[in-house]
Amino acid sequence: MPELLEQQNVFEQMQEDIKRALQKPVEERRWVMVIDLRKCVGCSACTISCVAENKLPPGVVYRPVLEHEIGTFPNVTRRFMPRPCMQCENPPCVPVCPVSATWKRPDGIVAIDYEQCIGCRYCVTACPYSARTFDTGHTYTEGTPEQMVYELLTNFEYGQGWDREDEGSPIGNVRKCHFCLHRLEEGELPACVTTCMGVANYFGDANDPDSLVAKLISQPNVIRLKEEMGTDPKVYYLV
Amino acid sequence: MSKLIERLIWLIAIVGFVVGLYGVYMRLSAGHQAANYGSYVPWGLWVAGYIYCIGLSAGAFLMSTLVYVFRIERLKKIGKLALFTALVSLFAALFLIWMDLGHPLRAYKLVINTNFRSIMGWMIWLYTAYFVLLVVELWFAMRADLVACSSEPGFRGKLCNFLTFGRKDTSSAAVQRDSSILRVLGTIGIPLAIAFHGGVGALFGVVGARPYWNSGLTPIMFLVGALASGGALLAFVVAIWGPGRGSEEHRGLVAFLGQIVLGLLLFDLLLEWAEYSISLYSAVPAETESLRLVIFGPYWWVFWIVHLLLGALVPILLLLLRGRSVWAVGLAGALIALTFLSVRLNIVLPALAVEELEGLRTAFTGPGLTFDYFPSLMEWLFFIWTISLAGLGFLIGYALLPIVRTKEVA
Ligand code: SF4
Ligand code: SF4
Repeated sequence: MPELLEQQNVFEQMQEDIKRALQKPVEERRWVMVIDLRKCVGCSACTISCVAENKLPPGVVYRPVLEHEIGTFPNVTRRFMPRPCMQCENPPCVPVCPVSATWKRPDGIVAIDYEQCIGCRYCVTACPYSARTFDTGHTYTEGTPEQMVYELLTNFEYGQGWDREDEGSPIGNVRKCHFCLHRLEEGELPACVTTCMGVANYFGDANDPDSLVAKLISQPNVIRLKEEMGTDPKVYYLV
Repeated sequence: MSKLIERLIWLIAIVGFVVGLYGVYMRLSAGHQAANYGSYVPWGLWVAGYIYCIGLSAGAFLMSTLVYVFRIERLKKIGKLALFTALVSLFAALFLIWMDLGHPLRAYKLVINTNFRSIMGWMIWLYTAYFVLLVVELWFAMRADLVACSSEPGFRGKLCNFLTFGRKDTSSAAVQRDSSILRVLGTIGIPLAIAFHGGVGALFGVVGARPYWNSGLTPIMFLVGALASGGALLAFVVAIWGPGRGSEEHRGLVAFLGQIVLGLLLFDLLLEWAEYSISLYSAVPAETESLRLVIFGPYWWVFWIVHLLLGALVPILLLLLRGRSVWAVGLAGALIALTFLSVRLNIVLPALAVEELEGLRTAFTGPGLTFDYFPSLMEWLFFIWTISLAGLGFLIGYALLPIVRTKEVA
């Protein structure tokens, strides 16, 4: 029981942190995500909640959970590592775009303009984390007796309605995790963070010293992926 | 013999065009869903085909500058053939990459919203400039012959007459002027061709996330590869369609081209050796993983048999031992030019077919979320269709335009 309370406090605090951040001008926010690998049980609920939130079709995934086997039988253990977009401070995916369809917002989130993207996929090759995927317009229920209408429902990425029915964007575009920007702007946590049953995900404004994430990332047991690439990722892992 | 081969090529082009139509239909109806490239291997056969054709174009064009800029007497009569080959290959390249886009109808954004920090952004402007230059240069190179052929009866005469755009002065002063203009255009063309093809190499070379591409040697290898493959294509084209077939002069010309191609091919192999051996020896996994795929992967035969045996060893032997024979040089040229697609595939794919993060392969699956790529039926058919279309364009152009004619401007 006390643990549950504690968990609730975590969510409450993160919610408060977001509200405070939203009071500030957008360029003073610095959204970061912290993932505690010691707590992740590899259930992939975050992956699926993301698919549901952003209505992702087959072949498009924003946050797969990578599994690593450590040791050899019988002395083996496994580690799980969710991989959202790192929202790099120096995103290599941005300068390569020939039509400036992808850019870093003032709050650090790397966004894509679906109407501008021509689908050349150069950014996919440039991302060191394979965080970008290509939407070719598949549906999960295609080829079954009935195409399910819920698969064609509008999604609200970037605070705009995107209809799949007319075969227009985001079909033919490259897509990626955006920290659920459309939810954030409404003061809500990203879908993956709210779904995580192990409370392994933390989210907030690292520019706010009182925020939970600011405290977490100042600990010594923090790593980031492929730091040697100079990308300065905004996803931190606690190990 | 060359007549027979010419007919055979007509046949292949027509069959390829007809069969490939199904690929066009699939591309237009199923879009990218019928393709095997996707999210983890985002670029496939069409991108490789694009750099292959653009390399052929750049190579053939640079060969034409030997005529119009460096005025090498022996090659004089094949200037137009080189320019025309370059134009047709450019068309194939641009068509392939256009259809590779997720939103082909948005291609205009490349022009109106160019991001000049992106090398791909630069490409559209360089290609446009190159295209204009090629057309203008070809026109000046053909002008005197267009005038000559405009007096012919029938459609051909009318076409030639139209294409002169009323400029019918063939006095030696006018021809001399054409020649000077050609020299200027060709001179502009050299840095342009180096820029756009080196640029395609740089497009890959700058991608830090892909150690296999990320090398200063990449643009250089693109250029040398372009010269070798484009030169080889030209040697083949000249052997079959060159001026004065059967004459001693033709034989000398083909043999000379063969020697140039041999040198370029050997240089290309040297660069390849440098790139491969240094990387393999230093054994940094991120890069050697891609190289291992090339050399020992499931498609090892593309490297060993298609590239090294058919694309290097056999042509080298032909050029060394039978360098004075038109058919041997023509065959060597065809082999090098054709198999160079394997080199381009082995540039594009191995860099993408390796996991960027361990565990991605199995973390989430779905169409396009795989590292095992082999082109789909649609990709093959559409590719074959484009190449056949370009081939037909060449054959028809060759039949109608005075590309190989007596009058030569240089
Ligand atoms: S993780 Fe990849 S997609 Fe995300 S910002 Fe960095 S380079 Fe771009
Ligand atoms: S796929 Fe879209 S966002 Fe990515 S580089 Fe091409 S145009 Fe830009």
